[in-house]
Amino acid sequence: MTVNPRLVRAVVDKELREFRRNRSMVVGMAIIPLIFSVQPLVTVFALSSSASGPLRHEHVLLYMLGIPALVPSLVASYSVVGEREQGTLEPLLTTPIRREELLLGKALATFIPAAIVAYAVFALFLACVGLFAQPSVASALIRPSDVIAQLVFTPLLAGWSIWVAIVISTRANDIRVAQQLSTLASLPSVALAILIALNVIDVSLLTGVVAAAVLLALNRIGWRVASALFDRERLILGTKA
Amino acid sequence: MDGMQPSAALSADRLSKHFGDRVAFQDVSFEIGYGEVFGFLGPNGAGKTTTVRTLGTLLTPTSGTATVAGLALTPDNAVEIRRRISIMPESPGLYLRLTVLENLRCFADLYQVPTATKRIEHVLSAVHLTDRAQDACGALSKGLRQRVALARALLNDPQVLFLDEPTSGLDPVAARGVHDLIDELRQRGVTIFLTTHRLDEAERLCDRVAILNTTLRTIGRPDQLRDELFARTLTVRTAVPLGAPDRLFGSVTGVRAWHEDDLSTYVLTVDDPAQTAPEVTRALVQADADVLSISPSHHSLEDVYLELIDVPAGQP
Ligand SMILES: Nc1ncnc2c1ncn2[C@@H]1O[C@H](COP(=O)(O)OP(=O)(O)OP(=O)(O)O)[C@@H](O)[C@H]1O
Ligand SMILES: [Mg+2]
Repeated sequence: MTVNPRLVRAVVDKELREFRRNRSMVVGMAIIPLIFSVQPLVTVFALSSSASGPLRHEHVLLYMLGIPALVPSLVASYSVVGEREQGTLEPLLTTPIRREELLLGKALATFIPAAIVAYAVFALFLACVGLFAQPSVASALIRPSDVIAQLVFTPLLAGWSIWVAIVISTRANDIRVAQQLSTLASLPSVALAILIALNVIDVSLLTGVVAAAVLLALNRIGWRVASALFDRERLILGTKA
Repeated sequence: MDGMQPSAALSADRLSKHFGDRVAFQDVSFEIGYGEVFGFLGPNGAGKTTTVRTLGTLLTPTSGTATVAGLALTPDNAVEIRRRISIMPESPGLYLRLTVLENLRCFADLYQVPTATKRIEHVLSAVHLTDRAQDACGALSKGLRQRVALARALLNDPQVLFLDEPTSGLDPVAARGVHDLIDELRQRGVTIFLTTHRLDEAERLCDRVAILNTTLRTIGRPDQLRDELFARTLTVRTAVPLGAPDRLFGSVTGVRAWHEDDLSTYVLTVDDPAQTAPEVTRALVQADADVLSISPSHHSLEDVYLELIDVPAGQP
């Protein structure tokens, strides 16, 4: 398989332009990060320095992994069914682009904004905590292991959400249904992140590494399944096939 | 171009496409030469769009073979085929949130058009849309969107251009513009596969037409189809009924048969209207008939179409 980066680039450019002008998409992308950052901020700022003890055993930062898990599903679920509804899928598929190039373009066009939003919100959160929270709370909260976990799991979770949402999108006949199903499908990741953040599920370095490996494998499988579904006939006919 | 090139720009051999139990088209065979404008006619649901999609590598044929732009229609050739052709689909399928220019830019990139900016200017002026380049496609009327879709189909300078009902929904002036464009492309040697419901359009533009209704009903030049299907006739109208039409028409050698269509209106079956009309005129004058008119029959492609469309599959 040879992938022509120029064709991938053409798809990414087009998709990003479209997203930017799609108000519901922009609003959705803004609301999700808000939900996942306001809550931790409130928690942190409500704490006095004496409460920093228990904080040491929680992973409040990981709460924000909900962002890379949820944001892509909103955008990626639109990617195929949205074009099918607009009637733009057929002209797109009559161009020489290969299915892997198209899939990669669509995935990247979701991954890039999702990763930017997730990392930006995270950075902003760290900055706020560092500047305004009680120093003892800040040092209890911002631990290197959690920061690393956040950095590593953001792309892994985003990727997994993207493949699931794209698979759903290729089979759906309705944008809304596709978005709802994809959101539903990314809830397990979100729930897991929250449970870990609240220390309901205990984690260690080992479980972290295992989880990363599992996610990596899931991403591979997701790519495989999605590219198998990116067959022109299937894409054009949707579930009618 | 690369090595041996088959003489046909586009050919199908017993090509069929089924959707489950539903037959979209069946056993379709034809050959289209380079630079030919080929009309593909048929009623709604006849399988025209499905044929275009199949030849355009979007759908996999159920059976049969085809060549497109000189390449066998196989999965391995699909990318190269798509490079050499383009399709203007039934609905324009533009990104409505993007401007005309952005739409064309995206496709120029996907076709890797070398001098994209110049090419885009060229196709925009070909469809007379240069002044709308910066408009969002969502703000364009149906007819204007159609023209953007046509411009998009011209971006890669295709060898074979599929036009799926390119003038449906266009006003007469815009439709004329599209016709002129098709004429121009033909002169440049572009092979055009045109599906349409407008028989006048097919008659005016196409070198040959095929009539499809799941199976191919006929294929040929429009005038040739007319002649094959309809006997040529002369219609004679007189002021008062003729006294002895039998003797009069019987005396003219070119007349094969005749019947009275209406009071004082006679339809003569002839081999060659141009040769027989003067003979008939002379005979009428000799018989002192008061002739109002003598006119050759005119059957249009529409008559051919209507005649063939109702015949159950497999009969012709
Ligand atoms: N995705 C599909 N699934 C099932 N059947 C289909 C599908 N697409 C087309 N068909 C069927 O195939 C047949 C041919 O359809 P097609 O769209 O090719 O007709 P057409 O000649 O283009 O008609 P029109 O003039 O209305 O555009 C129809 O019976 C149609 O219902
Ligand atoms: Mg059609």
